[in-house]
Amino acid sequence: MGIATEKLNVDRRDGRLVMAHFYVAFIALAVGGLAGLLQVLVRSGKFELPLGIGYYQVLTVHGVVLGLVLTTFFIMGFQIAAVSRTSGTLTNKQRVIGWIGFWLMTAGTIMAAVMILLNEATVLYTFYAPLQAHAIYYLGLTFVVVGSWFDGAAIILAYSKWRKAHPGTPSPLLTFMAVVNTLMWIVATIGVATTVLFQLLPWSLGLVDRVDVLLSRTLFWYFGHPLVYFWLLPAYMCWYAIIPKIIGGKIFSDSLARLSFILFLLFSIPVGFHHQLTEPGIDPAWKFLQVVLTFLVIIPSLMTAFSLFATFESFGRSRGARGLFGWVRELPWGDARFSVPFIGMLSFIPAGAGGIINASHQMNQVVHNTIWVTGHFHLTLATAVILTFFGISYWLVPHLTGRKLTKAMNKLAIIQGVLWAIGMTFMSGAMHAAGLLGAPRRSSFSEYGGAPQAAEWIPYQIAQAVGGSILFLAIILMLYIFINLAFFAPKGEQDFPVGEVADEAEKAPMVFENWKLWLGITVVLILFAYTIPLIDMIENAPIGSKGYKLW
Amino acid sequence: MHMHKFEKIWLIFGVGALLVFLSVLGVSAFYLGNQPPSCLATIDQEKVDTLPPFNEPGLKKVEGKDWDYELIFVAAAFAYTPGEVEVPLGAKVKVIATTKDVIHGFQVAGTNINMMLEPGYISEYVTTFDKAGEYLILCNEYCGMGHHMMTSKIEVVE
Ligand SMILES: [Cu+2]
Ligand SMILES: [Cu+2]
Repeated sequence: MGIATEKLNVDRRDGRLVMAHFYVAFIALAVGGLAGLLQVLVRSGKFELPLGIGYYQVLTVHGVVLGLVLTTFFIMGFQIAAVSRTSGTLTNKQRVIGWIGFWLMTAGTIMAAVMILLNEATVLYTFYAPLQAHAIYYLGLTFVVVGSWFDGAAIILAYSKWRKAHPGTPSPLLTFMAVVNTLMWIVATIGVATTVLFQLLPWSLGLVDRVDVLLSRTLFWYFGHPLVYFWLLPAYMCWYAIIPKIIGGKIFSDSLARLSFILFLLFSIPVGFHHQLTEPGIDPAWKFLQVVLTFLVIIPSLMTAFSLFATFESFGRSRGARGLFGWVRELPWGDARFSVPFIGMLSFIPAGAGGIINASHQMNQVVHNTIWVTGHFHLTLATAVILTFFGISYWLVPHLTGRKLTKAMNKLAIIQGVLWAIGMTFMSGAMHAAGLLGAPRRSSFSEYGGAPQAAEWIPYQIAQAVGGSILFLAIILMLYIFINLAFFAPKGEQDFPVGEVADEAEKAPMVFENWKLWLGITVVLILFAYTIPLIDMIENAPIGSKGYKLW
Repeated sequence: MHMHKFEKIWLIFGVGALLVFLSVLGVSAFYLGNQPPSCLATIDQEKVDTLPPFNEPGLKKVEGKDWDYELIFVAAAFAYTPGEVEVPLGAKVKVIATTKDVIHGFQVAGTNINMMLEPGYISEYVTTFDKAGEYLILCNEYCGMGHHMMTSKIEVVE
């Protein structure tokens, strides 16, 4: 990675663009975290929302602001920083494109937020038709997506400029990874953009009367599953290419890291039916095919797990550790930049196992739309991914603002991570358990007419409230750390760690940079998995649905 | 591209386990017939009340089919019809349900009956009620203000 390390700091102008993204992301964390706290409190049955605020309105805020806004802003900011650091400062044109993206996304966020606050869009972040939100809500979400394409364009342009300047050389690993994730995001968002622009927007404006509900859901879930990999891959960027540097070790294998990212690109998209297993109108054979494709992401996941622990073990052994697990003691547990993302990695083990259950053709029926699913993605997104994002912020924010992570803040950051782990164990654990007993997700507190089964869920809901409250404390700590690092920490130089490869001699094969090939295979797989079911769906479509506003 | 020997072993083991797992799912689905609810029939959701079988919701004995009873449910914001139903213990039942308005869920807590009801489509699932008791039916897909009040009840009686 000799070339990649020639420039050690992100340019201040790029830094401002990245920080703009982060400000919005952390405001979203504050708002969404508060919404989450209100939800667990309401659902414990011991608390009611004041001022006529609706539970589902708060739930919509939580989903939109954390699932779409926080993630998209943080990821795009981080990727721009990673590209600027490893492939050189953005050109003025690239940076302007990035700013256009940022403002489009921000405008879209404000539009959607206003509609939610006015109670014109209490349709949750999945906005399933025929519940019909205000047109401005759909338009706002469109702006967020289109804005993210501009950010993506800046990343891709910076990458192609680097490629032109370095013919025959594999691109810097972090840049390569950012490009893979950006391409996956663009291919995936075409689905949600299609349903919003061609179905929901005209319908909410009254230009058409009816909407094809199943088609809209299918387009949404074509996007909805790669969405989770769009969240996850930036965490993997940190685990693969940054954590090794932080602990003082080496990247286990540059080529295998690239291979696993390419496999995620191929197998993340043609799989949306695993979110639609229990619905009518889709032939079960096609559902099964997509289930099989879904499980293929297990291969790059196993590669990732191997690489990470191989890095940790080789590092420990290089420091003279002995025995099967002696290397564990050598890891820098006192460094929040390592230990907080490490908690995230650990949570990915039960999270992955839960995911296998969710996607398996038949077992899905046991857990579909129960609060088990909520427990599941609070381990994946709300622990593995978000703790890694926090771990990145601890050094990236001061790097960009010309400050330093102090010892005191580092300590606070570790407390924050541990608090998160404790809170999430309670909350997600109770959600998994209650879900197996049948408790639904996305539902306000209810005794279900005094049903004895529903009474069994209440103790778990109280445990969720306890866990959720602890998590809220952790969020406050995180916001305090962020504000410190952005505005108050002492001036200084905080390093942007970029890992080096164990075996310098081994060059990554250039075939990984052959985007025509990888995008070609991606498109073929998508066409294979979706063409016939979509034709069936459209040919046999019922009359379509008028809009409803039932909140 | 070089791959460490241990990584090869790890991946061969992992991929092998994956193949076994997928084969189990496949045999269960295509040989034993354990498919998720995937009825392909459509209906005009605005005329549900007048169309059979939904014009007569509730439990009906049927002859000459693979199941003994058909249990018909109609969902609409925010209630199911019937609001309560008795099913004889051990009966093999085809649950047939649809919605008159938005998307609803149809979940019988503590069983494998869990399906989406979408406007314009009929959802079906065949099951045997082999444990007596009271089962809560609830909506598990957000459908509006009264979503969490949307329930019904199956009483499995001897
Ligand atoms: Cu998924
Ligand atoms: Cu409902």
